[in-house]
Amino acid sequence: MTDIAAPEVQTESFVGRSRFPIHIVVFLAPALVIYTLFSIYPLFDTIRLSLYAGDETGARHFVGLGNFYTLLSDPAWSGQFWNALRNNLIFFAIHMVVQNGIGLGLAMLLSLPRLTGGSVYRTLLFLPTMLSVVIIGFIWQLMLNPLWGIAESLLAVVGLKQFFGPWLGQESTALLTVSLISVWQFVGIPMMLIYAALINIPDDLLDAATVDGAGPFSVFWFVRLPLILPTLGVVSILTFVANFNAFDLIYAIKGALAGPNFSTDILGTFFYRTFFGYQLQVGSPTMGATVATAMLVVILIGVLIYLFGVQRRLQRHTF
Amino acid sequence: MSVNVRPSRIAVHIALILYAMLAVGPIVLILINAFKTRRAIFADPLGFPDARTFTTIGFDRVFANSDFGLYFLNSLTVTVVSLGLIVLIGAMAAWALTEYRFRGNTILSLYLAIGIMVPIRLGSVSILRMMVELDLVNTLTALILVYVAQGLPLAILILGEFIQQIPKDLRDAARCDGVSEYRIFGSIILPLIRPAIATVAVFTMVPIWNDLWFPLILAPGGGKQTVTLGVQQFIGQYVTDWNAVLASLTLAIAPVLVLYLLFSRYLVRGLTAGAVK
Repeated sequence: MTDIAAPEVQTESFVGRSRFPIHIVVFLAPALVIYTLFSIYPLFDTIRLSLYAGDETGARHFVGLGNFYTLLSDPAWSGQFWNALRNNLIFFAIHMVVQNGIGLGLAMLLSLPRLTGGSVYRTLLFLPTMLSVVIIGFIWQLMLNPLWGIAESLLAVVGLKQFFGPWLGQESTALLTVSLISVWQFVGIPMMLIYAALINIPDDLLDAATVDGAGPFSVFWFVRLPLILPTLGVVSILTFVANFNAFDLIYAIKGALAGPNFSTDILGTFFYRTFFGYQLQVGSPTMGATVATAMLVVILIGVLIYLFGVQRRLQRHTF
Repeated sequence: MSVNVRPSRIAVHIALILYAMLAVGPIVLILINAFKTRRAIFADPLGFPDARTFTTIGFDRVFANSDFGLYFLNSLTVTVVSLGLIVLIGAMAAWALTEYRFRGNTILSLYLAIGIMVPIRLGSVSILRMMVELDLVNTLTALILVYVAQGLPLAILILGEFIQQIPKDLRDAARCDGVSEYRIFGSIILPLIRPAIATVAVFTMVPIWNDLWFPLILAPGGGKQTVTLGVQQFIGQYVTDWNAVLASLTLAIAPVLVLYLLFSRYLVRGLTAGAVK
């Protein structure tokens, strides 16, 4: 896509040198207006707001990067912020390893040639992804509820009863448990994306490798894996953005306080508490905007690392 | 192959069946227990409801104590109107960006790409301020506007790729006949992009229907709650009433489940088609 007029220039383009073709404006205007007003403008306005502080009278005054200084160094804020960021990184790491690992494994199995019932498996495995995070949160809260004892009796069947505990209630296990619930729900997304990439690899390539004496492991490691690396890159960045934007699951299971003792607090819940307040703390739009801007920076760092560090190194293969 | 089933294939199926049980089991468990008496829920959680244990008391309580039908209608309105607008407005923009070469075309495409990578949720502080000023708090309009803005960038990308594959002859022939650009779009392009709507729907409808954040912030009351928020509020209130909790979860799951099982073929195809690009 360049600005240089193509050979099949439309007649309007000649007029357009002086006057922009009106029908292009008509086609573009609705999308651009709504998108700018309700997506781009709020993002920039949030960044602007993060540079202001409100006082008791409701008047706002410019404080520069003062809010960020407060967020990162004031003991009342920084402890919660770093805690949420650290938890969020753990949340992301668990997704990268477990969710994308299982997703890759399932995609490998589903892409086996002539697999009976493949579409039934795909439909069933993708089902949890379709449901609301809130619903999934409540379902697992019930499943893991010691009162009901479903998880405990199921563990007893496989002889692991002694490992059962109130996982969602303990500080040491709550974050891991919440992360695994999220993994359970969203494993369908990497599975589908990787599956689509795998079935697009021509059989000739795999046959050629097999004829050359490569075993199933070598075929996977030296032929299929390199070919799906771009997809794995896309899956990673999608996971990253989704994880650092997550909120619903923790809110549904643990409420805005992300207990016990903030052990499941991630940036999304921290943002919500800062913006709306909770219990004794009054919500602050400007500090909320500051947290949102900090999240934006984290997400942008991730996206830039992906765009310049990962994507450029990965060669796209087209067949 | 069918005569001589390899043992490795059996292992593959065992692995897939086990994982499928793990994926579907919890959902089935909720569905069957929603129709059982409280005693049966605790005494025999894995059993299907029978004549002795069957009850719909949970559903009665949900309908008596919440406006579930209204919430459902709210969700349906927001999702359908948003999807319709996203497809129409998105197709217009995608058509303009792929068909015409004009100054700023590339920059506009990059501008739209911001919305794919950056979650609009981070602008919530300003969005709420704006909705307060526009007097749109606790209205479905607020949700629709935000969801359209959120869904447009990806829809434009998907529809653009699709429009590019439409043969150029059709529109060139129409242009030779002096048909206006608007009519070319309306009578040639729009009908042809119908298959792409399935893909756009997968990527936009599901997140809208399931969203908790924006209903919580922009329309938390006044009878404008969506199903997701309604269920969240209801369970928060009736957390100890197991029949009601299970029934409300079932009511939230059922419509999505039915639609998913009916259209899963298209959904999965749309998803994988989108992924190839």
